[in-house]
Amino acid sequence: MSLKHDIDFTLNGVRTRATVRVDMSALELLRDTLGLTGTKYGCGEGECGACTILVDGVSMNSCLMFAVDCHGRRLVTIEGLAADQAGKRAEALSAAFVEHGAVQCGFCTPGMMVQASHLLDKHPHADSEAIKRGIEGNICRCTGYKKIVDAIASVTD
Amino acid sequence: MTEIEHYAAPVTLDEAVECLQQVGEVTILAGGTDLMPQQRSGRLKPQRTLMNIRGMTELRGVSQSGGEIHIGALTTITELLEDPLVREHLPALIEACDHFASDQIRNAATIGGNICNASPAGDTLVPLLALDAQVELVSKPDGALFRRSMPIAEFFVGPGKTRRAPVELLAGVSIPVPPKDHFGRFFKFGTRPALDISTISIGLCGVLEGGVLSKVRVAFGAVAATPVRAFRTEAALEGRALTAATIAAAAAAARDEVTPIDDVRATAWYRKELIHNMTKRILDHVAQA
Repeated sequence: MSLKHDIDFTLNGVRTRATVRVDMSALELLRDTLGLTGTKYGCGEGECGACTILVDGVSMNSCLMFAVDCHGRRLVTIEGLAADQAGKRAEALSAAFVEHGAVQCGFCTPGMMVQASHLLDKHPHADSEAIKRGIEGNICRCTGYKKIVDAIASVTD
Repeated sequence: MTEIEHYAAPVTLDEAVECLQQVGEVTILAGGTDLMPQQRSGRLKPQRTLMNIRGMTELRGVSQSGGEIHIGALTTITELLEDPLVREHLPALIEACDHFASDQIRNAATIGGNICNASPAGDTLVPLLALDAQVELVSKPDGALFRRSMPIAEFFVGPGKTRRAPVELLAGVSIPVPPKDHFGRFFKFGTRPALDISTISIGLCGVLEGGVLSKVRVAFGAVAATPVRAFRTEAALEGRALTAATIAAAAAAARDEVTPIDDVRATAWYRKELIHNMTKRILDHVAQA
């Protein structure tokens, strides 16, 4: 039985307490302990970006983050993105993904949306080259990326 | 498999080194981006204590004093990329950070973690070697903080192995502020731009004044068990005019002095060719700049 530790953090704007195994990932905490399955498990090694969440306002791979390290931090997942500060943009982003056909199987979409939201927070005027660099840590095996880049580009300022 | 029996999250340097001194067997967690996959795959056996140092704000950030730029071990790759001092003085480090993994990983990964992970292909290590960086280690052997530093070139012993003692914590790195007319370049070869482990990497720094090279430092990644300085390549450049003949001689010296191995990413032969061709390309670009 692995050591457990109590953590206290903010999840999608709600103060949350949990008891976690010290060797478990933030992704396991979200999906298995808290039941928020919007964040996806893809590769488990930080290569695919399907598990991307916002931690204190910046994007990270939740599969590489230790759950104990969530203590005292502010997490936003795909479920909370619309309610976060960037809510308006998240809504526009989700409409743009639909409009541009940027969703096929949909597995990469939550991570892609969270990363796109972070990218646009930092670079509201990002051009398509900057968007491609911004999502280089997110793998999509369906779309060939063009529709995703077009969708993100359509909501830049 | 060892079970983790204790979790510590010190917030001061003093608490952290006290823990290392008392407990002995400690796995240090910073950004977690290397630790998590290594622990998951069984490549790294967890120690009895997991010590999360990410909350130690005193080890975070970049400052300048006494002709040196000091980078705290917990500074993330993204923070380095955005730091005005690093952007102004350390172009080779900026290029390496820009080619580091992906945005999500750059936001979490720390320079101290990259150094202590001691991968032969570690992205920031090659420019740090070429910038004459010193690593700063802190311990608390007899109730008082003890600091020692050493050139980063001496820090690496083998893949994943360093001269850091188990009771020591890497506090940061110090880099001499490069002189006027300094140039610094970094090149990494991988099969795709993002998230790739280098097949080879090159860091090249120096001063080019009136067409003549001085203070030349060349370092290579992924051609040996540790990132390495390339002393013969440096000698082929130091004090010489940056002409086509000098560039050809330096590129040949680079190919001759590296001793890479065959592995899943490339053959030794291919790595030597890459080292030759890319050293030449970097020097051509410096000459044309």
